[in-house]
Amino acid sequence: MRLPISQSFIERNAIVLLIATLITVAIGGLVEVVPLFTIQTTVVKVPGIRPYSPLELLGRQIYLREGCYLCHSQQIRNLRDEVARYGHPSIAAESMYDHPFQWGSKRIGPDLARVGGKYSNAWMYQHLKAPRSVVPESIMPDFAFLAKHQLHTKELIAAMKTNIDLGVPYTKADLQSAMADLQAQAFANADHAGLLSRYPNAMIVDAKGGEVTQLDALVAYLQILGRMVNFANPAVERALQAQGGK
Amino acid sequence: MSDLALDTASARFVTAAPARHVDYNEDIVRKFLIASMFWGVVAFVVGCYIAAELAWPQLNIAPWFNFGRLRPVHTSAAIFAFGGSALFGTSIYVVQRTCRAPLWGGKALANFIFWGYQFFIVMAALSYVLGFSKSREYAEPPWHLDLFLVVIWVAYLVAYVATLLKREEPHIYVANWFYLAFIVTVAMLWIVNNLTIPVSIYGSRSYSLFAGAQDAMVQWWYGHNAVGFFLTAGFLGMMYYFIPKAADRPVYSYRLSVVHFWALIFIYIWAGPHHLEYTSLPDWTQTLGMVFSIMLWMPSWGGMINGLMTLSGAWEKLRTDPGLRFSVTAVGFYGMSTFEGPLMSIRSVNALAHYTDWVIGHVHSGTLGWVAFITFGAFYYLVPVLWKRTGLYSTRLAAWHYWISTLGIVLYITSMWVAGIMEGLMWRAYDAMGFLQYSFIQTVVAVHPLYVVRLLGGIFFLIGMLIMCFNLIMTVKSPSTARGNVPGAALAAGA
Repeated sequence: MRLPISQSFIERNAIVLLIATLITVAIGGLVEVVPLFTIQTTVVKVPGIRPYSPLELLGRQIYLREGCYLCHSQQIRNLRDEVARYGHPSIAAESMYDHPFQWGSKRIGPDLARVGGKYSNAWMYQHLKAPRSVVPESIMPDFAFLAKHQLHTKELIAAMKTNIDLGVPYTKADLQSAMADLQAQAFANADHAGLLSRYPNAMIVDAKGGEVTQLDALVAYLQILGRMVNFANPAVERALQAQGGK
Repeated sequence: MSDLALDTASARFVTAAPARHVDYNEDIVRKFLIASMFWGVVAFVVGCYIAAELAWPQLNIAPWFNFGRLRPVHTSAAIFAFGGSALFGTSIYVVQRTCRAPLWGGKALANFIFWGYQFFIVMAALSYVLGFSKSREYAEPPWHLDLFLVVIWVAYLVAYVATLLKREEPHIYVANWFYLAFIVTVAMLWIVNNLTIPVSIYGSRSYSLFAGAQDAMVQWWYGHNAVGFFLTAGFLGMMYYFIPKAADRPVYSYRLSVVHFWALIFIYIWAGPHHLEYTSLPDWTQTLGMVFSIMLWMPSWGGMINGLMTLSGAWEKLRTDPGLRFSVTAVGFYGMSTFEGPLMSIRSVNALAHYTDWVIGHVHSGTLGWVAFITFGAFYYLVPVLWKRTGLYSTRLAAWHYWISTLGIVLYITSMWVAGIMEGLMWRAYDAMGFLQYSFIQTVVAVHPLYVVRLLGGIFFLIGMLIMCFNLIMTVKSPSTARGNVPGAALAAGA
């Protein structure tokens, strides 16, 4: 086969070499990435998926900041033992509002895709502050300092607006009540009706003393993981099967 | 030096007519070499520390020195600071020599690239420790720094390509193809993977443009090709220059170089989805990733053969040239890792290996065995040349470095193989009643002794690095390696 352009020509012309290289390395990525945005079944919408509540969203920032993804995956593979250990295989819709995704690559600790509701709030707080007090063999670092730091809420509205720009469907009402929702989710004795109507299944955490800490936000985030979609609801399986997605 | 020229059409070294004097910029190469050695020590010290944290969690000092904040410091210091500085330095050396042209842009541009890149590294490490990570694996720096690196990178690309354009040789030597592919592709990967929308122009917070499955695909398209183009293509450039130079033999096969180059860069870019098998990424993408990963075995081994066979007729040099010994062993590890990788991408193997320490072992057989060893080989060759010394201060110390590091790698990868396969098997074990046999924490306990062995392997590797630093500093300083006033007295390795 005679190529339209010969090696000897390419390697005598730096700019041709540069362009030929760029074209060669661009192909694979284009073929693998671009269709993921155009093929409808890549992410099949199922009932229950919602944006993170204000407290969960800021808790997620703590999760990112502390590099939790380096030891914990959030992706249950479709394998028998993983389903037995962690629950229903992860579906794409469950991370569709995750900017960035946190599927992880290594399990130094267990998968967290469905850790929400698996443990009580009290256990979560205690485990994050002093892991070895509840799991003696644990090798997780202590995160007691998170309980001493107030949660920074200054950027909350701007963060939600940025998410809106990226396609996360926060509404005007969500923005207006963001601070109230954050407070409501942090305190057990607050009025939770508005919060739960906007963010079903949000877990009310247990902030002490009148101040919301970074630990409260992190617990709120961990406690929603895997709890948005109810897989016992036949509508969920129907949606997945009808559209052939996962 | 420059009386040996590379006839690139046949990839042979020929004695050229006495060349005119070319004013190479060697100062910048020396700077990058020193930086690379410094960052190598930092990367290995931090690596040992985080390995110790996994064995003894009490070592986590919250919040700055927790594992989650230090691990990106280790990976960035190893890949971008140690490996990156070595690639900048050697590529700038190689492009000047093989083009017989000084680096384009003069001293000012070279220094801008050097200090800009070092600034980026320091700021990136600080940003992780202080809690500004973007949380994309191997792309953690906050968005301001991402943009800053683009500026540095473009300056590097311009200087590199402009030097190629100024060359006196008609052909561009094969090492430069690989270095160029590294520079161009990393630019493409870095820009696309780091597309984020900042919350405010003054803050570090930003949200990635993509989400979920698409974001995962983009991240591993980047992540795997950071391995493919930063840690492989760039260092193959090093292999294609320094092995022929040290062995004083032409590259084994020019034709194989051509096939190696185009096949490798075309196929590598597809392999990313093998990091996402059995996940909620669509099956067609996973399958493409797996198939191309297996295909990648062939060009990789083609390159390995090309590197090793270059030693034909010069094998005895392995006994006397410690730098060449590192380079050749590196190519051996390259062959091993590029066999292991395709193996691990096969679905049924991946089901066992993914999320386990086997992956960590695989990465380190590549980074320690291939990347670091090929770099050490280049350092042992370059330091006497760049500082105009007669040879190394001590070949005995270099031999010690070689054996201690090799032992360190063996301890590291074997402990991680055992740990990883054990984790994979324990996670999927069922008891007679049909329940999972082990809780997760039982697997954490089971790998503890192997984490200690891994740390030991890392310490061995660090000691080897320190021996090399001492040896090379003495090479520069010691009167025993000083050249007399005879101009052009014999240089160390095969020059």
